[in-house]
Amino acid sequence: MEALIATTIGTLTAAGLYLMLRQRTFPVILGLTLLSYAVNIFIFASGRLVAGLPAIIAKDAPGYTDPLPQALVLTAIVISFGMTAVIVLMSLGAYFESGHDRIDMDDPEERP
Amino acid sequence: MTLALIAALPFLGALMPAVAIRAGRSACATLTAAFTALALALLALQAPAVLDGGVVTYSVDWLPALGLNASFRLDGLGLLFAGMILGIGLLIILYARFYLSKSDPMGVFLTYLMLFQGAMLGIVLSDNILLLLIFWELTSLSSFLLIGFWKHLPEGRQGARMALAVTGGGGLALIAGMLLLGHIAGSYELSVILSQREVIQASPLYLPALILILLGCFTKSAQFPFHFWLPHAMAAPTPVSAYLHSATMVKAGIFLMARLWPVLAGTPEWFWIVTTAGLVTMLIGAKIAFFKDDLKALLAFSTVSHLGLITMLLGMGTAKAATVAVFHILNHATFKAALFMTAGIVDHETGTRDLSRLGGLRHLMPVTFVLAFVAALSMAGIPPLNGFLSKEMMLEEAAHTALGPAWLLPVLATIAALWSVAYSLRFLSAAFLGPQRHDYPHPPHDPPFGMWAAPAFLAVLVVLIGLAPMPIAAWLVDSAASATTGSAAEVHIKHWHGLSSPALWMSVAAIGGGFAILSAARPLRALYDAWPKPEAKAIFDAIVEPMAGLSRRVTATLHDGSLTRAVAIGTTAIAAAALWAFATAPHDAGTRMAMPVPPVVAIAWALVLAATAGLVLTHRNRLFALILVGIMGLIISLGFAWLSAPDLALTQITVEVVSVILMLLALNFLPRTTPRESSPLRRMRDALVAAAAGTGIGALAYAVMTREPAFPPISAYHLAQSKPGAGGTNAVNTIIVDFRGYDTFGEIIVLGIAALVIFALAEALLRSAPALSRLAGTLPRPDSAGDRHPLLMVMATRFLLPVALMIGVFIYFRGHNLPGGGFVAGLVFAIAFVMQYMASGLSWTEARQRIDHHALIAAGVLTASAAGVGSWFFGAPFLSSSYTYVHLWPLEEFELATAAIFDLGVFLCVLGAVLLALNSLGRLAVRAGETSSNDPYSIDPDEAR
Repeated sequence: MEALIATTIGTLTAAGLYLMLRQRTFPVILGLTLLSYAVNIFIFASGRLVAGLPAIIAKDAPGYTDPLPQALVLTAIVISFGMTAVIVLMSLGAYFESGHDRIDMDDPEERP
Repeated sequence: MTLALIAALPFLGALMPAVAIRAGRSACATLTAAFTALALALLALQAPAVLDGGVVTYSVDWLPALGLNASFRLDGLGLLFAGMILGIGLLIILYARFYLSKSDPMGVFLTYLMLFQGAMLGIVLSDNILLLLIFWELTSLSSFLLIGFWKHLPEGRQGARMALAVTGGGGLALIAGMLLLGHIAGSYELSVILSQREVIQASPLYLPALILILLGCFTKSAQFPFHFWLPHAMAAPTPVSAYLHSATMVKAGIFLMARLWPVLAGTPEWFWIVTTAGLVTMLIGAKIAFFKDDLKALLAFSTVSHLGLITMLLGMGTAKAATVAVFHILNHATFKAALFMTAGIVDHETGTRDLSRLGGLRHLMPVTFVLAFVAALSMAGIPPLNGFLSKEMMLEEAAHTALGPAWLLPVLATIAALWSVAYSLRFLSAAFLGPQRHDYPHPPHDPPFGMWAAPAFLAVLVVLIGLAPMPIAAWLVDSAASATTGSAAEVHIKHWHGLSSPALWMSVAAIGGGFAILSAARPLRALYDAWPKPEAKAIFDAIVEPMAGLSRRVTATLHDGSLTRAVAIGTTAIAAAALWAFATAPHDAGTRMAMPVPPVVAIAWALVLAATAGLVLTHRNRLFALILVGIMGLIISLGFAWLSAPDLALTQITVEVVSVILMLLALNFLPRTTPRESSPLRRMRDALVAAAAGTGIGALAYAVMTREPAFPPISAYHLAQSKPGAGGTNAVNTIIVDFRGYDTFGEIIVLGIAALVIFALAEALLRSAPALSRLAGTLPRPDSAGDRHPLLMVMATRFLLPVALMIGVFIYFRGHNLPGGGFVAGLVFAIAFVMQYMASGLSWTEARQRIDHHALIAAGVLTASAAGVGSWFFGAPFLSSSYTYVHLWPLEEFELATAAIFDLGVFLCVLGAVLLALNSLGRLAVRAGETSSNDPYSIDPDEAR
């Protein structure tokens, strides 16, 4: 199981980074989404993998999973939505202001 | 406590203009000045204790491990300076109210001014030298804003940059020097440092510390060879010059030298460096001032000269000389502030401050003339004004100090005094005396009372201190000088020192010589103009320009505009560093038992991998790529559910829904396909970089998961305390709303801010002309669905709405004990509303929406804050929670927890943020030409009737 999760994290990271290295905004947004998945799963997995032992306190529970990484990831998932939304709006803004959705500033005039 | 409040008041006052400027300029200035006045009043209340020789202190531990404490002290020296900063600050606000024109943004000006005032006050009230350094840097920054206040003037911008470069650079040296000093003394508290004279002066680090500290002081106080920035700072509005160059900014260096005088002064090194720098500065400044035609430039160089005088006195290292220095600090502040203000009045009323275009103003501007007359004669050192008193005492000290040959210092001091008389008289005669002219840019007349009231007050002080120094000023000078030297000063200020006093004859020589120079102004001027002079600005630019050019080139090379290149470089560097760390450290295989893999899970894993691979291969078809991302998100949420994380599964699946909708909305505007642009080589490179990083992360994750934690996880505490401590059985939820409520509080605020940023971005787009012209007509696209509001979807979503809301409420309430909670409930609510937007259109939904999305975010943050603040009323720290069990017939016993109120805040904030984000995109669509019916399939009971 650990190997499956690790390969999932690795593949998502690699695909996310590859898409982030593309030159248009939309693939970069998708890449960022994949990278968020990978990071969230990584943090979650740092609590180690357990099946069937949710962190709901009960008298007859045989044990619990680690709730702390879960709490951290829960808020991270919501925050990454906020981040994605901001970037989506920024990409739209750049698209409508400049007329194209390239992210590299080829024109020296545009550089800061 | 009062001390901290005094230091804080200007900063609070800095916030006022933002609120008050709409009420008018006078109201704004009055309200802002009230904060300065209050600080001054509080200072006056502390004065009796200080004048009795006491030291008022107040200290709060801030970062005690670093030796950084918010500790303040008020002794005589601090009282003198704080009084000048606040008193003259008050006059400056009054003056600026009348000086600034209607087109100047006065609110901004007052905010900068108050920031600066607070920073200055912080310097003179700090007991901790690290705190002092923070305020010191703040003065550099805020003075930069003030000097460059007229952003449209290139001189203003250049002058501000030069002042920042010089004083900021000196500030860096000062930081190093102060750290050395604190290291030698073993404490960063001034009260300790000041008692360590022997230790400090015996230390081998004394000389480096001294040089570094003096670099900071000399740059700030414009001592030779760093004096050149001050005249260039004259591009600032005159109220700024009057404030910065009489009582505050340039006196900060003087203050620090006086503050550290007990431990640094008295050594040969101190004497030679400080006295020489002061003397040279005094001479150069006085001479150049005489040849300046710009009123403010003349005053600027005279300020340089007087600062040199004070520095020289401090350098002499005797208690008597230090006392004279303190007295001159006070006198210089009074007459120089008054002079700057009168120069500003002349500039304001005649339209020029060029002496060659002025003259004969004494009848046209009699009030201004009287003020300038008094202040300028004081600057010249003419009896009986206050400038005479301190200058006479300075000459007396100079006569008894040997710098090399015994005659050298007295002679040079007399020459400087002589030039000083000459430029003061020139200021008066060239502007006010002589025949009236007919070519002033504006017809001159005296300004309104409000404008001359401030310099008049100072001129009265000049006369009063001059006539009766003992009752008016001696007590303050006594207290400040005693605090400076650490021994009782016993000040006696006299006008007449007797015929045997060398100072008398030096004074006579100076005044006589001054008149002589004035009468020979024309030939001297020709000589001065013919003499080659180093142009400070050219030298400065010659040094700064190549450095700026170099950093421009470095920046341009590092950031060539390609963001993808930057990402690739960053990723490669991190991967290489990780590989290096892995390869150079020993490690064993993991020992943790691996979990078995059921077949269903293996299939899900294969699906995610397939979807990822498909996404990379087909990402040019954007819609298809988005669908694949949605599939991945769904499988990941299933994975969370299987791996004992039901809360995460719920959150992931709901976030997935809103994210995909958001990206779909965005895709509506963007091109549907990504063109094939990069070369195969480039794609290969990217794939290599990505694969390296992915392999690394995957291996790291595997390494973590196959080992037991190095330390026992802290979550054992959360699990044990979830029920008894927080009153909930869902440990994930109790961590979010209770144990780590502070984190969550911050997070919902971040989310709210993100939503507001999105709103602002959309708003900006809707106001930008090029964006609007590109936006118009992009929607609806030719391939859009024909039916805007499919009947089935509209009906289904309307029936689903109450059900969905009910589910949201249910999830919210069960959250404390079972999977669910405010985050998920907020998302479920948001989806329920977004369904209405999608099916029935933006206008239909907005017409029925009673609560603003912004208000939801605000209500959420406020509710969460209220839950946090509420615990204060029970004497508990912020965000402590409490719970109780309630039994209400016929219900079963249930639990009431304050954490539920906090979770309600989370719920509201999440709901508002998600809706605001999606709604902003919807508003763009409406502007792009998207049409939707106002009431698709709706039956209005009123209309039907």
